[in-house]
Formats: sequence, structure tokens, C-alpha cells
Amino acid sequence: MLGWGVDRLRADMSRLLAILFHQGVLDEQFLQLQQLQDESSPNFVSECKTDGYCDCRLDREFSDYKKMGIHLNQFMGSSSSIGANRVRNVCVAFRAASEQNNRAGCLRALELLEHEYCYLKNKLHELFQMEQQRVLAAGARYPLQQH
Amino acid sequence: MGSNSVASNRWMFEKMDGFDLSPNSSSDNEEEEGVHVLAVDDSLADRKVIERLLKISSCKVTAVDSGWRALKLLGLLDDEEDKSSSSSSSSSSSSSAGFDVLKVDLIITDYCMPGMTGYELLKKIKESTTFREIPVVIMSSENVMARIDRCLEEGAEDFIVKPVKLSDVKRIRDCMASREVRSVQNQEERSRSNINKRKLQESFDLSLSSSPPSISSSSPLSYQSRSPSLTPSPPSLFSSSPPCSPSSLDSPTRRLKMTSFD
Repeated sequence: MLGWGVDRLRADMSRLLAILFHQGVLDEQFLQLQQLQDESSPNFVSECKTDGYCDCRLDREFSDYKKMGIHLNQFMGSSSSIGANRVRNVCVAFRAASEQNNRAGCLRALELLEHEYCYLKNKLHELFQMEQQRVLAAGARYPLQQH
Repeated sequence: MGSNSVASNRWMFEKMDGFDLSPNSSSDNEEEEGVHVLAVDDSLADRKVIERLLKISSCKVTAVDSGWRALKLLGLLDDEEDKSSSSSSSSSSSSSAGFDVLKVDLIITDYCMPGMTGYELLKKIKESTTFREIPVVIMSSENVMARIDRCLEEGAEDFIVKPVKLSDVKRIRDCMASREVRSVQNQEERSRSNINKRKLQESFDLSLSSSPPSISSSSPLSYQSRSPSLTPSPPSLFSSSPPCSPSSLDSPTRRLKMTSFD
């Protein structure tokens, strides 16, 4: 029955969130924001994720450490605001390397950042899809209670 | 506190539970529906977050990405033109050069922004006769004491260290509500006899001497237990105009100008 799908989806989402929290990918800030989401803005958290990331990647040449530092600060700030804990931590390391004009360190940090960011993006996407399915399933289960 | 700001903000605390101290307030309610906050942040993520937190806290939100845009919305950009026009009141909307001047009750701004920093925006707002009464809250991802002090000295209402949480927004909102309540109560108190004031002052002093030395935590509690109609002319402990130096017990990252009721 479709109704059972809702509960299973909800359980899957909780499990995924718990894993991500346990891994340190997400922190309490994210959990709090997640609780504030509703049908009108089911995934505003992942909507704001891309801010600043592209800028960081453009600085790949590492020609201007100061500019890179600025972009990193922005990206670090937005990561922290949405609770993307591991991404933020990599930014911290990245910033430290750029402050020392450490090119090798920056390269390494950028690799790590891309990895963490992709992982996070995929997981948020998974969560979003689960949420969408859950809403649809809930609507099918109780058609009169359509949001 | 000038009567101007009281009139323009009177409607605000009426939305709070149990308070309705102003009998002829309905005339002020026509346009507004709750607290209107202007949020300024260059980061999209932060704008979305603060917007969400404010909406959950029943505030209307206008979010912009720069200090420049904020000033433009407030109608403060073309200073000379606005001063000469007749519509320089924070409680009314007016058109000036085709823009509607926004009516806001609170401005919350990021500190680090390209172009105009939050600090510079704060200064400009405090320099404006129209908007200097509007509380301004600064947000920053960096917990730098010098920065916090500078902002508070310039007249910032509060300073939040990012990431902004729901509890931060709630605290600000509560502070604003209680500040307006006190302000209106003070106004009404002045028109009454002084007898009540003196009585309250005596018992207030008594309760002070029996409570723990930390001022910021004990006095609001004894104050709150009184009926709302009796308001002491506030001793400097919790007057809302000069900044309260926080006790050394307060976390430096959450420094408040006003005492908060936790």
C-alpha cells in the first residue's frame, strides 16, 4: 500500500540524516533548519548551497591568495550557516594554507573541498528526493488532505 | 524615546500575547501586519536562512544583498532630496523618486559585505533622523571583541555570531517587544501620579537587596512579577537607552544592550 511508503520514506530520511550527522557532514545547525522546512519550502537548505563554491573553484590557479581568501570566507560562512560542517572545516584548512601561500596545501585542500562538496550535494539531493516522494505518497494516502 | 517611534511601533507589541496597552491603536494597524524586518546579507545562503528563521518567528521579511540596496529601500540614498520632502516619517510610506520608502521595525545586517560593510550601514542609519530609532542588529561569522564593541558603541542593538539560530531570532524579537512595552508604559506612567512610582521604587529596592548581586539576571525577574500597569521610572539598570555593560558572566559572543528575559 502507498501508505506504508510514507513511513518507510520517513524512516529512511531519518536514518540518512543520522548517518550524515554522525559523520560530521552535517551539524546541529542543519538539523534545526531541517525542522523549519515545510511544504512551502521543502528544501531551501540545498537551494542555497552553491553560493560561493564556484568562486572557490575559479581560484584554482592560486594566483591571488587574497582574493581566494575572500571567496573562502564567503563559502565558509554560508557552509556554516546551513550546517555543512565538514565542508566548512575543509574551508578552514584551505584558508590556512592560502594564508601561508602554500600552493601544495591549497591544491590538496581544493581536492578535499570538491570531494566533500560533491558528497554533500548528493546526499542533500537524496534527502530532497525522499522528501518529495514522501509528500506525494502522503497525498495519495490521504487525498482529502492534499497540501 | 521620542513619541515618534512609539507611535510607529505601537502596533507591534499588540500582536504579542496579552498586551494591549494602547486604546486607540487600531488606527495604526491598517497597513502593518506584524514585525517587518529588513535583512541585509551578501550571501544567498545566509539570506535564505535568516529569512526562514524570521518567517518562522512570524516576522515579515525583506532580504537584500547589499547595504546600498538597503539604503535605497529605506529611501536614504538620495539624502538631500529626502530631507526636503515632507514625507520623512518612519511610520508612513511615501514615494520619492518613484520608490516607496519601506517601513521597517528592525534591521539585521551582516558585518562583512563587499562595498558597504554592516558597520558602515549601521552608521548611516544612526545618522539618519528618520531611521535612527530603528534597532539594528549586526551578524558576523567572526567573534571579534573589538568588532562587537565598535558596533555596540555605534548604536547597534545586538550582535549575533553566525551561524544564526532560531534562539537568536527569538531573543531579538522578545527584546524588541519588551522594549516597546516598557517605552509605552513609561509614557503612560508619566501621565499618572508619582505615588505608585515611589511605592514601587521602595519595594523594588527591597527586592534588590535580597537578591543575588548579579544585576542583569535578578532585577528583571522581580520586575516582571509586578502588574504591568505599575512601571517604575527605570533605574539605569535596565533603561533601554544607554548600553548596559554585560556582567562578566555573560558570554562574550552574545552581548546584549538590553537585559533579556530568558
